[in-house]
Amino acid sequence: MQKIAFRGREFQCEEKETVLDVLVRNDIPIPHSCRSGVCHSCLVKAVKGRPSIASQAGLKETLAHQKYFLACQCIPENFIEVAIADESVNHFVDATVISKKKLSEAITRVRIKTDEVIDYKAGQFLNIKGIKEQIRSYSIASIPSDDFIEFHIQRMQEGVVSTWLSDQIEVGEHLKVSEPVGECFYLGDNKDQSLLLIGTGSGLAPLYGIVSDALQQGHSGEIYLYHGGRTLETIYYRDKLQALAQQHPNFTYTACISDGSIIENTKPGRASQIALTEHPALKNWKVFVCGNPSMVNDTKKAAFLAGASLKDIFSDAFVPAS
Amino acid sequence: MSETLYEKLGGDAAVNAAVDIFYRKVLADDRINSFFEGIDMDKQAAKQKAFLTMAFGGPHNYTGKDMRDGHAHLVKKGLNDTHFDAVMENLGATLKELNVPDDLIAQAAAIAESTRNDVLGR
Ligand SMILES: Cc1cc2nc3c(=O)[nH]c(=O)nc-3n(C[C@H](O)[C@H](O)[C@H](O)COP(=O)(O)OP(=O)(O)OC[C@H]3O[C@@H](n4cnc5c(N)ncnc54)[C@H](O)[C@@H]3O)c2cc1C
Ligand code: HEM
Ligand code: FES
Repeated sequence: MQKIAFRGREFQCEEKETVLDVLVRNDIPIPHSCRSGVCHSCLVKAVKGRPSIASQAGLKETLAHQKYFLACQCIPENFIEVAIADESVNHFVDATVISKKKLSEAITRVRIKTDEVIDYKAGQFLNIKGIKEQIRSYSIASIPSDDFIEFHIQRMQEGVVSTWLSDQIEVGEHLKVSEPVGECFYLGDNKDQSLLLIGTGSGLAPLYGIVSDALQQGHSGEIYLYHGGRTLETIYYRDKLQALAQQHPNFTYTACISDGSIIENTKPGRASQIALTEHPALKNWKVFVCGNPSMVNDTKKAAFLAGASLKDIFSDAFVPAS
Repeated sequence: MSETLYEKLGGDAAVNAAVDIFYRKVLADDRINSFFEGIDMDKQAAKQKAFLTMAFGGPHNYTGKDMRDGHAHLVKKGLNDTHFDAVMENLGATLKELNVPDDLIAQAAAIAESTRNDVLGR
C-alpha cells in the first residue's frame, strides 16, 4: 500500500483507502462533505507525486494542471505529499441573509447577498459553512441578473445545517459561502432543443434557476418541468410556475404527488415516471435531473435508454454529507 | 511513422461517439446488464470510455493485473465466457454502426480479445 505525507508526517494507506479517509482516520481536519466527488470541498493539492486520474475528473483544467485533486476520490497510486488548497482557490465569501420565507411545510426560501460578486451560472451550487464549520451544498435558484442569491432549503429531521438555515438564522445575520461549483446548468448552445427537467423536493431549486435562465436567454424549444414529492409538504412555487407557463407557451409545468392522493392541478405518481411516460423518446433532448440521489441515478439511466445522449444529461444528486 | 489503429479510428472524438452507442447496447443487453446495475452513470460512462480507448489501441495505463483486479468482483458474481462474448458482440456492432471498415473492427476486436483470460481471472 502507498504512503502519503501531510505537514511533515507520513501516513500508511490501508487497502482501498482514499487520501481523505487516511487523513480523517488520523484526526487531521480536512474540509469535506459529500465524499462522492460532487461538492469539491475536499480539494487539496499534491506538492509531490501524481494524483489519480479519477480524483481530477471534473476539475477545471487550470486546477488539474497545478495538481489539485479531490481527496475523497483519490486512492493513491504512488507517494503523494498533500497540502491544503491555497486560500485563493478554496475561497469562502461573507454573505448576509436578506430575506426568509416559508414556501411549504418542509421548504424555506433563503435569499442572501454576498460581499463580493460571485460569478455563477443558474443551477450551480454553493457550499455553505454551518455554525461548526460543517460544509453542505445548496443549489442556486436565482439567475445572475437577480440582485440576490436564492436557496430553497429542505428541512431534514435532525439535519444540522438544514435546520439551522430553516429555523434559526435570521435576516441580517451572516454566513460564509464558497465559489460556485457544478456542471448542471443551461448552456444556451441550441435554443431549439427540447428540454426535460425533473426534480424532487428542493431539487426544484436548480431547475427553477435553469428554467428562468433558459427563458431569459430566449430558448425557443419546448421546456417541460416535472416537480415531484410524496406529499404536498415539499411541493412549492406552484403559483409562480403556473403563471410562468401562462406567459410562455413553450413552457409546461407539472406537479406530481406520489403517495396516491388526488389533488387538483397535480398528477398522481412519481415525477420521473410521469415525465418519461409522457416523453418516451428523448433523442436530441437535453435532460436535467436533480434531488434524491437514487431517483437521479435511475432517471439518468432511463433518459439515456430513452435516447438522450450522455453529453445532454445534466444532474445534481443531493447526496447527504458523511 | 504509419498511423496507429487509434488514429485511424479517429482518436478521442471517435471514442466519445462510440461511448453513447456502446453503453446503450450494454445496458439494453439482458445477458450482461445486471453487472452494471446500481453503478453511478457518470462513473460508469467514464469506465466505458476507458474500455473503448483500450480496445481502440489508444493510450491507457491499464496492465493485465489491473484488468484481473478490476473484474475480480464480477468473476465472483459469475462472469464467464458467454458474458465476454456478449461484450465482444456489442463492441463489433457499435463499430459497424459507426461505419468503421471491417479490417479495423477486426483489429479492435483482437485487442479486446487479448484481455479475455485476465478479465475472466484465469
Ligand atoms: C450538489 C448538491 C446540491 C444540493 N442542493 C440542495 C438544495 O438546493 N436544497 C437542499 O435543501 N439541499 C440540498 N442539498 C443537500 C444538502 O447539502 C444537505 O445534505 C442537506 O441539507 C442535509 O444537511 P444537514 O446538515 O441538514 O443534515 P445532516 O446533519 O448532514 O444529516 C442529518 C441526518 O439526516 C440524514 N440525511 C441527510 N440528508 C438526507 C436525505 N436527503 N435523505 C435521507 N436522509 C438524509 C443523514 O444521513 C443524517 O442521518 C444538496 C446536496 C448536494 C450534494
Ligand atoms: C472485453 C474485454 C474487457 C476489457 C478490455 C474491459 C475493460 C475495463 C476497464 C478498462 C474498466 C475500468 C476499470 C477502472 O478504471 O476501474 C472496466 C470496468 C468494468 N467492466 Fe470491463 N472490460 C472487459 C470485459 C468486461 C465484461 C465481459 C464485463 C461484464 C459483462 C465487464 C464489466 C465491467 C464492469 C461492471 C466494470 C466496472 C467495475 C466497477 O466499477 O465496479 N467488463 N472494464
Ligand atoms: S468532493 Fe470530496 S467530499 Fe465532496
